[in-house]
Amino acid sequence: MADVRVLVGTRKGAFILTSDGKRQSWQVSGPHFAGWEVYHLKGSPVNPDRIYASQSTGWFGQKIQRSDDGGKTWQAMEGEFTYQGVPGTHQWYDGTPHPWEFKRVWHLEPSLTDPEVVYAGVEDAALLRSDDGGQTWHELAGLRGHGSGPHWQPGAGGLCLHTIVLHPRDPKRIFVAISAAGSFRTDDGGQTWRPINRGLRSEYLPDGEAEVGHCVHRIALHPKRPDVLFMQKHWDVMRSDDAGENWYEVSGNLPSDFGFVVDVHAHEPDTVYVIPIKSDSEHYPPEGKLRVYRSRTGGNEWEALTQGLPQQDCYVNVLRDAMAVDSLDECGVYFGTTGGQVYASADGGDSWRAIVRDLPPVLSVEVQTLS
Amino acid sequence: MIRVILPHHLQVLAGVGKEVKLEVGGQPTLRSVLDALEAAYPVLRGTIRDSSTKERRDLLRFFVCGEDWSHQSLEVPLPRAVATGQEPLIVLGAIAGG
Repeated sequence: MADVRVLVGTRKGAFILTSDGKRQSWQVSGPHFAGWEVYHLKGSPVNPDRIYASQSTGWFGQKIQRSDDGGKTWQAMEGEFTYQGVPGTHQWYDGTPHPWEFKRVWHLEPSLTDPEVVYAGVEDAALLRSDDGGQTWHELAGLRGHGSGPHWQPGAGGLCLHTIVLHPRDPKRIFVAISAAGSFRTDDGGQTWRPINRGLRSEYLPDGEAEVGHCVHRIALHPKRPDVLFMQKHWDVMRSDDAGENWYEVSGNLPSDFGFVVDVHAHEPDTVYVIPIKSDSEHYPPEGKLRVYRSRTGGNEWEALTQGLPQQDCYVNVLRDAMAVDSLDECGVYFGTTGGQVYASADGGDSWRAIVRDLPPVLSVEVQTLS
Repeated sequence: MIRVILPHHLQVLAGVGKEVKLEVGGQPTLRSVLDALEAAYPVLRGTIRDSSTKERRDLLRFFVCGEDWSHQSLEVPLPRAVATGQEPLIVLGAIAGG
């Protein structure tokens, strides 16, 4: 039976949890990079022992760490993050032009085919790529340069490119999402990009048909049906059946359609998970009840999953990169909270338990299924 | 020989102790010492000075012989006591946040 490795990024370091396929007994290692913010870490699908980690602080800036032994030892990369050419300006919160300034790496997405290739989504929003295992980075500047960049505005967390989804069959197709600009797609490996936000409605945007300006929180797809995308937007859970060309709402009976995470079952393309959060003003679960909602119909019809999750006095948040699934026969689902718990379900969401519960606030959760 | 005292996180990152020793040619300045530090420990590039502007990062300070040199020009020669290794150049992280 395969083993499972859970990679957890937190406000004060990274933690690695391991278990056999039963997923009942977990060993915790860490903190790695103690005291630093680890927004994200993720392993290469080609070589799972290669793991990339984003390590940053406001004091000392950004570093990328790489492990080639499954997280036992790490090597700090020396490469730096710079924008291509003159960075220009985006909009500040008050609508005035603001210079593009690099702050941190939010998300690392290793290539599906080449362990040396990895993408980085950064704040202020841009997509960079490394072809040498994270040693050096170059910007895929067509994204910021496609025309709408000067109109992008930051969300509450900053102007961040936080979601990178690689098409499982077409290596030239990449989806990204930026808060609060929206979602974008390239079909030529990152040279040219266009917004794919048709059908999104954002209350704060006066233009109902606005091409950019949407606060997309997360996008997920199933590898066997990659043209169907699910999105958790600031408000609204959305779905596209044509690779993002058009979106429609599938919030259905959710108690709140505000939230951050969305993910898809490893073996059932129509089984989707979200965790409703009360509102954009109150970032905790409705009624103090931590509930994962599962749809088995690709949206609209949702059931609350509560067994093993706190159902009173729970006021944690679950951030956008903090949910993942494993690919064991009985799909495991995992998520981390700002209260420091990582919850896991070994039965597709029917029951849950905390596999660690007193970490620093969790920023990201990724899972590796190890054969 | 110049002595530089680093904050904890940079010691861990560079894999060094509290203090590093550097050989710096000519009359040392903040700039030449930082250049030598980054040449000896490339992983520290971008952690003390911003990668692109080469300006001191906001939450770090430089202390020399009991004085705050954070706002000195990087080109001002360091005092003889630092140039001779009697006194260290201290790179200090601001007390801020948790």
